Amino acid sequence: MSDLSPASTRVFSAILEARTGQQISPGRRWRIDVALAPLLRARGWRSLEQLAAQVGSGRDPALAETVVEALLNNETSFFRDPAAWTLFATRALPGLIEARTAERRLRLWSAGCATGQEAFSLAMLLADEPRLAGWSVDIVATDVSRAAIDRAREGLFSQFEIQRGLPAPLMLRWFEQEGEGWRAVPALRRRIRFHHHSLLEPAPAPARFDAIFCRNVLFYFADAVRTRAFDRLAGALAGEGVLMLGAGETVIGQTTHFASDAAARGLYRRTQP
Amino acid sequence: MKTCLVVDDSKVIRKVARHILESLAFRVEEAADGREALDACAAQAPDLVLLDWNMPVMSGMDFLRALGLSSVSPRPKIVFCTTENGHAHIRAALDAGADEYVMKPFDRETLAGKLQIVGLG
Ligand SMILES: C[S@@+](CC[C@H](N)C(=O)[O-])C[C@H]1O[C@@H](n2cnc3c(N)ncnc32)[C@H](O)[C@@H]1O
Ligand SMILES: [Mg+2]
Repeated sequence: MSDLSPASTRVFSAILEARTGQQISPGRRWRIDVALAPLLRARGWRSLEQLAAQVGSGRDPALAETVVEALLNNETSFFRDPAAWTLFATRALPGLIEARTAERRLRLWSAGCATGQEAFSLAMLLADEPRLAGWSVDIVATDVSRAAIDRAREGLFSQFEIQRGLPAPLMLRWFEQEGEGWRAVPALRRRIRFHHHSLLEPAPAPARFDAIFCRNVLFYFADAVRTRAFDRLAGALAGEGVLMLGAGETVIGQTTHFASDAAARGLYRRTQP
Repeated sequence: MKTCLVVDDSKVIRKVARHILESLAFRVEEAADGREALDACAAQAPDLVLLDWNMPVMSGMDFLRALGLSSVSPRPKIVFCTTENGHAHIRAALDAGADEYVMKPFDRETLAGKLQIVGLG
C-alpha cells in the first residue's frame, strides 16, 4: 500500500500516461514510492507530496521529465524469452532474407528498447547469420526514456546486466571489460542507431521495417492508446514483415491489423488492409 | 528429476546455490573441492556441475581437465560459478570445455538464464 495521497498519485499517474501512454494500475501504485524514492533523496525533497505539487505546477519541465523517466519500468535482458528468439531466428528470418534477396537489405526496429539489450541481441544474432554476409542491416532502436537511450548508446553494462541471458562466448566476443562493467565493442555498437522516440508519435524513418520488436512495452497502455499504437506499428511494417511481442502479450481483441502466424504462433503478421 | 553437483569450498555458497537450484527443480549434491567432485561425478552422473574456480586440494580448472581425461559418461554440463571475473579467465574456462560461466555474485534469474542456455532450463 502507498501512503501517497490520491491527489498526488493522480499527478504522477497523469503525467506518466500523458507522456508515454503507460498506466499505473491501482495494484501497482506502490511502485510510485519505490521508483521516486532515489530521486527524492538525491534532490533533497522532503516528501513525495511536495514533489507532486512542484511537478503538478508545470513550472519545471526538466523535473517532470526526470520523474517520468524514474516511473518507467526499464526491466530487460539479453535474448529475453529465448523461445521467442528461436522462433524469430528459425521461422521469421529465413522468409525475410528470401524476400529481400534482391535488395540485400534488412531493416529492423527495436521499439521500446530500454537500455539496449534487445537491440544488441538482434545485432549479435544477425552478425552471425551467414546468409546476410555483405548485406546492409539497419537496426533502429528507440525508447521514450532519454536516460535509457543514453545508456543504450554507451553500450556499457554492469556485471549483473551482462550475464542476464547472454551466452558467455558471445559476451567474450562482443564486449570488452571496462572498470566493473562490460562495454559493447565499436563493431557492435556501429550496427545500431539509437534515438529517442515515443510510440505515441508516428514511426521513425524509414517506416518500412522488415521486423519490429515491440516487446513488453504496450502492456500497460490504455486499450484505445494501444490500439492506435498497433495502427502505427502496422503502418511502419513492410507487407511481409513480422512483429514480435513480449511473451505475455497478444493482439487478440486489440487490433485488426495483426494476426498470429498460423504456422508459427508468437510471430505476428499484418492482416490484409 | 535433474541433478546438480555444487562444487565450492564455501559452505555458505553451496547453501545459496542449493536453495536456488532446488527452486529450479534440481536434486542437489555437494562437493567441497575438485577431488570430491570427481568421485561424485563417477558415482552419481549428475546432469549439471556448478563449479567454483579456487578450491583447496583440486581447483575447478584441474577438475575440468581431469574430468575430460576420465571415463565419466555421460558428461555433465559444466557451468563455472566463480569470482574469477576476467576476460582471460572466462576464455580459459570455455577453452577447457566449460559450457557456461556465471560471475559471482549471482541471483536466481541469472542462473536460470544460464541453465536455459545449456539446455537444462
Ligand atoms: C519493460 S521495458 C522492455 C524492454 C525490451 N523491449 C524488452 O522486452 O526487454 C519497456 C520499455 O518501454 C519504454 N516505453 C514505455 N512507453 C513508451 C513509449 N510510449 N514509447 C517508447 N517507449 C516506451 C520504457 O521506457 C521501457 O524502457
Ligand atoms: Mg572458492
